Amino acid sequence: MRKLLSIKRFFTITCCFLPLLVVNIAQAEQVIVYSARIEQLIKPMFDAFTSETGIQVKFTTDKEGALLARLKAEGKKTPADVLITADVGNLWEAARAGVLKSVSSPILEANIPTYLRDPQGQWFGLSVRARTIVYNTQKVKPSDLSSYEDLADPKWKGRLCLRTSKKVYNQSLVAMMIAEHGEAETEKIVRGWVANLATDPLPDDTRALEFVAAGRCDVTLVNTYYYGRLIESNPTLPLAVFWPNQNNSGVHVNISGAGITQFSKNERSAIKLLEFLSSEEAQNLFADVNMEYPVNPQVKPSPVVSAWGAFKQNPMNIVKAGELQTTAVKLMDRAGYR
Amino acid sequence: MHVNNEKYSTVEEKNSDISRPFFLLKHNASIWRLIPFLVAALVFAPVVVVFSSFFMPADEVWQHLVETTLPSLLINTFWLSFGVIAGTSLLGVSLAWFTAVYEFPGSRFFSWALLLPLAIPAYVTAFVVLGLFDYTGPVQTSLRSWLGSELTWFPDLYGRGGVIIVMTLAFYPYVYLMARNAFLTQGKRLLEAAQSLGLSRQQGFFKVALPMARPWIVGGIMLTLMETLADFGTVAIFNYDTFTTAIYKAWFGMFSLPAASQLASLLIVIVFVLIIIEQQFRLRMRFAEMKRSSRASGILLSGWKAKAISCFAASVLFFAFVLPIIQLGIWAANSLLQSFDQRYLEFLLHSVLLSAMATVITCFIAILLVYAVRLYSDFFTLIAVRIATIGYALPGAVLAVGIFIPLAWLDNQLSEWLSMLFQIETGLLIQGTLGVMLIAYMTRFLAVGHYPIDSAMQRITRNIDEAAMGFGLSGWAVLRSIHLPMLKTGIFTAATLVFVDVMKEMPITLMTRPFGWDTLAVRIFALTSEGEWEQAALPSVTLVLAGLVPIILLMRQTDK
Repeated sequence: MRKLLSIKRFFTITCCFLPLLVVNIAQAEQVIVYSARIEQLIKPMFDAFTSETGIQVKFTTDKEGALLARLKAEGKKTPADVLITADVGNLWEAARAGVLKSVSSPILEANIPTYLRDPQGQWFGLSVRARTIVYNTQKVKPSDLSSYEDLADPKWKGRLCLRTSKKVYNQSLVAMMIAEHGEAETEKIVRGWVANLATDPLPDDTRALEFVAAGRCDVTLVNTYYYGRLIESNPTLPLAVFWPNQNNSGVHVNISGAGITQFSKNERSAIKLLEFLSSEEAQNLFADVNMEYPVNPQVKPSPVVSAWGAFKQNPMNIVKAGELQTTAVKLMDRAGYR
Repeated sequence: MHVNNEKYSTVEEKNSDISRPFFLLKHNASIWRLIPFLVAALVFAPVVVVFSSFFMPADEVWQHLVETTLPSLLINTFWLSFGVIAGTSLLGVSLAWFTAVYEFPGSRFFSWALLLPLAIPAYVTAFVVLGLFDYTGPVQTSLRSWLGSELTWFPDLYGRGGVIIVMTLAFYPYVYLMARNAFLTQGKRLLEAAQSLGLSRQQGFFKVALPMARPWIVGGIMLTLMETLADFGTVAIFNYDTFTTAIYKAWFGMFSLPAASQLASLLIVIVFVLIIIEQQFRLRMRFAEMKRSSRASGILLSGWKAKAISCFAASVLFFAFVLPIIQLGIWAANSLLQSFDQRYLEFLLHSVLLSAMATVITCFIAILLVYAVRLYSDFFTLIAVRIATIGYALPGAVLAVGIFIPLAWLDNQLSEWLSMLFQIETGLLIQGTLGVMLIAYMTRFLAVGHYPIDSAMQRITRNIDEAAMGFGLSGWAVLRSIHLPMLKTGIFTAATLVFVDVMKEMPITLMTRPFGWDTLAVRIFALTSEGEWEQAALPSVTLVLAGLVPIILLMRQTDK
């Protein structure tokens, strides 16, 4: 009987699995980042940071929930120094789960307004994502529009399109409304939205904008950069931005932001990275690559974004969006907002 | 014509030789006895992690779900599963029968081309279909401007029908491939045998061919069902709420991993019950193997029947493959100049390398499992094998976390231990290696490897084993020299399915990949997570093309 594994075959198989031996080898000075913000929107800034400081940045991208589960499972041996997310709710949850560390940095505190960072210093906003009203210019006069709450008015019946409530941007918006109006009042508003829907909630902001442009509905709520991207590729669409709630609470803003992990091994370099990202030099790049707004008030948004007009942001600390997210999700379920 | 009837029929046998105590058997008993339990333990670790959440409190989330969305979720999930199973069985079985038994215009072409949709991820088909046919898509837009009015009659794609159709188009190849294997090995001679007994062709199909192909068809259906239940990408694009979307909502929206895990556990239990029921049915039968009839001797069809079948196959192929690939091609051409760089070669290389390695491991373990069951098909072994294949029914991200938690724990222990014994500080050692990734893939896709090989094994008559053992061959030798050659088609099928599935996989890849090991699927994730579907066309097309290679190889293999 022949031997099961001849030497030649053994060699072949071993060669096939050689890549298994790829192990992370620690380098001199580096920061390791877990990011829910995608590669195209972070890599340019990391490269700029490396060329300025010589500190290497290694990163991996995934969904927020998975990154958080990963940080928790890895515990104190985690290789990660920094967690970046594309919304505030997940940063709040990371802080609550105890995977982030309180940091005090005069530079971060000077560069980032109080309401866009954690009061305990566990996370910091790095860009502002404004969620606003976009309307069909052929069917709606700007004077008809006033606020998020007004979209619950029966005059908008059959004229509203919304993205699904499963997206965190809508959950944050409703959470901030709960913080302002209380649960009962907010539920009334959300029920009003649902009653005004022209069609079932849509899977993403871009589709909602296309529906408004095609005349399937008249108004929708989206993050401005989706509007920016769509208009850039198709400038003739009859769409325009309206800034709601300018006489009261202001436009709802979310952030993409970052925190230092509890068990970071390169804390100083990691803080340096965040400070760099909040600096005037990096802020333009950070916000502009995705048509977002800078957090640093010293920095102007890009010309394209500025053209949509200046607006008042909701100054309530966005930590509320995290605290009340679960409440908001339940409220939207009750109100039948899918 | 004389036909040995016994050879062609479902044979029920007493498995007297199997129930013999293992120490009386000649092969290397202990190893084969253990293999199913070892593999089950490996796969079961993540499932245990998911299950362990049962004891964590998440009462208010449950209460909320029961009061608000749970009833409609269950109804939605039921109809989706039902619809997709009905659709895939109808398309898969009928197309398999036509291409395996008949000759009609284009039958040779369709026999392999109908497998091509396998290479397109279901979520890609979904966004292409919606992009073309929803309110703002070119079809409705041009119809509106042509008719000059709103299209009130146009079906709402965001409803139940739309998502069922898309999933059917994406998943029917599982059933098609398995059923076709069955029909090919039965061959035309089976039909002739049935006809010689006075049955018409239709009767021959329903009374003889279909029942005999049942383990294959049911295997394909089980894969489809698991894939449907675990799907998140497709239903998210349709905003269709299922059990899986509830899992994600509890986790991402309400920050309750316990509630999400409990929902997932419920899903596992349901799937497990279905698997056990299926197995009980299957246990009552034995299937005999026979020589494959040559491909050239199909029954020649002509006239309207042949044309109708050609049209049917062509339209399935058009909607499931041609249309999505054309749309992707147009989008990809638009973004080719700006986003193509040499990194795509790297993505492609990583995708192919990972898929190939995962395929080898998964199929190897599937073969071991199948053979171990052949030697010892007692209740506990069968249960162990079923547990080992349950990973496919779990939503990918839940399974990814389930895999990651025990690995990270192990890694932490190892690191502690090293620092205690040798006073060296290490980071995490196991994690971030490709080995972890491959084990994770195996955990997820063992079912995909197992079903085709298992069905093929059931076709091999046990008399052969006994004869081989009579000549004094041991377990390994019997497997190697007797079974492996006869399992070839099943193994090729399994390998193709696993390869393509691993390439399309996202959550496990994202969570366990080493730094810098981005694949095509990771690239698609990055672009689609910011809603840039059209930008994602380039990696999608690359993924589809890379997936076509093993499919075409498979078809050349099975059609020889």
